Amino acid sequence: MAYSDKVVDHYNNPRNVGSFAKDTPGVGTGLVGAPECGDVMKLQIKVNLETGIIEDAKFKTFGCGSAIASSSLATEWLKGKSVDEAAKIKNTDIVNELKLPPVKIHCSVLAEDAIKAALADYKTKQPAEPAATR
Amino acid sequence: MLPYFTQKYGHPASRNHPFGWEAEAAVDTARSQLAALIGARDPKEIVFTSGGTESINLALKGVAEMYREKGNHIVTTVIEQRAGLDVAKRLERQGSEVTYVPVQPDGLIDVEQIGKAITDKTVLVSVMFANNEIGTIQDIAAIGKLCKAKGILFHTDATQAVGKIPVNVEAMGIDLLSCTAHLMYGPKGIGALYVRRKGPRVRIAPIIDGGGHERGMRSGTLPVPLIVGLGKAAEIAREVMPEESVRLARLRDKLQDAVLSNVDEAFLNGNVERRLPHNLNISFAYVEGESVLMGLNKECALSSGSACTSSTLEPSYVIAALGASAELAHSSIRFSLHRFNTEEEVDWVGRRTIEVIKRLREMSPLYELAKEGVDLKSIQWKAE
Repeated sequence: MAYSDKVVDHYNNPRNVGSFAKDTPGVGTGLVGAPECGDVMKLQIKVNLETGIIEDAKFKTFGCGSAIASSSLATEWLKGKSVDEAAKIKNTDIVNELKLPPVKIHCSVLAEDAIKAALADYKTKQPAEPAATR
Repeated sequence: MLPYFTQKYGHPASRNHPFGWEAEAAVDTARSQLAALIGARDPKEIVFTSGGTESINLALKGVAEMYREKGNHIVTTVIEQRAGLDVAKRLERQGSEVTYVPVQPDGLIDVEQIGKAITDKTVLVSVMFANNEIGTIQDIAAIGKLCKAKGILFHTDATQAVGKIPVNVEAMGIDLLSCTAHLMYGPKGIGALYVRRKGPRVRIAPIIDGGGHERGMRSGTLPVPLIVGLGKAAEIAREVMPEESVRLARLRDKLQDAVLSNVDEAFLNGNVERRLPHNLNISFAYVEGESVLMGLNKECALSSGSACTSSTLEPSYVIAALGASAELAHSSIRFSLHRFNTEEEVDWVGRRTIEVIKRLREMSPLYELAKEGVDLKSIQWKAE
């Protein structure tokens, strides 16, 4: 089973590898997967607190080439999106873009989970909405 | 081998014309060549099959059926190749009892454990000669001796060993031995099962019925060109083995030193001494095996786990059986050197491996956590 050109490209030239300090304001971190399953993704977003737009995204992945490519692609797509738009990224979009074979679909699922986990982490770190007046 | 596809097209079972005789003679030559390589007393003890998988099937199923009256228990190990394990599981479903002897952390089977597993219902002990992933060579002679003393048949899956290291069915007390041509530079699609004829005379039920070829043990027209290729491969292997095994072991050791001295948290799998000369198996913590291969396989062919299990995404059950963490079982790489490798090629693989591991660790969240001093076991992983 050969890898698609796009998977090979992301593997050879991964976009946005790296980390943000977790406690930086506006940063949301998702850590999904498990070492014993052979896949762990850490995906981070950095949201502009004024505009609500994801300014930057970074990842680190332990996993096969398809897992690396899925998370690399996810960081590319996240940049420039609003938090709400980002939540709409689906694993099937990743499958189609990278032409992942059925045996690698779980890599795209993990990438979607990582996006959701990073968004959720970002949201929990924002100050709560002002409480309704009694 | 090639003339037997076209000009020398006779059927070895055609006893009435020169074409048949010519083919039969060629098959007999190959039988003798393989018998010589494994120290078989009589070429008639060689039964040609389609390869290692079929040989293992024939040995286990053939003995289980033939000796059912005597008993229904088989002793084998947890690190057999897929064929060995899958046949054992099928036999279990069909009413046999199978004991899977565990392996020690260095890949060696404790012969005493084999002895303890044997019961009065045991009809066969089946232990692989050398492991396909970690290359560990078992103490086959000791197991053979044990089985002789207890009067139990002994099969060894020697697909990885024959042609690479000395194998002698007489000296080692082997009653049945599986081997295949393609692991000794011969053609694919041909293998053999050695079936002892004397002391004891081993009998096996066929799994393929038909014209009674191969003394009734394996019916089907013999693929003469492939058999000729197997015979020649066996002859060459026997000739070059002393020199080749020393040369490959030296290159392997050089590769091992280069990699282990430049990469931290890289662990050698399997016993260092008792190992196939061309085999090297290393687990690289914090990086996943398939991603390592992707960085290397443009220029060379390496494997993570074995070709037998690469259709699944399961980690190596062999590495897991050594007691390694599941994570390290996902991180093992097998380097297999071959007859035609040059020193330059091996050096290149070493350098490239070091580069790839370093690059992948830079993008590994596990490596990052470990370097921050986080115990990976303390994290609540959300497994799928």
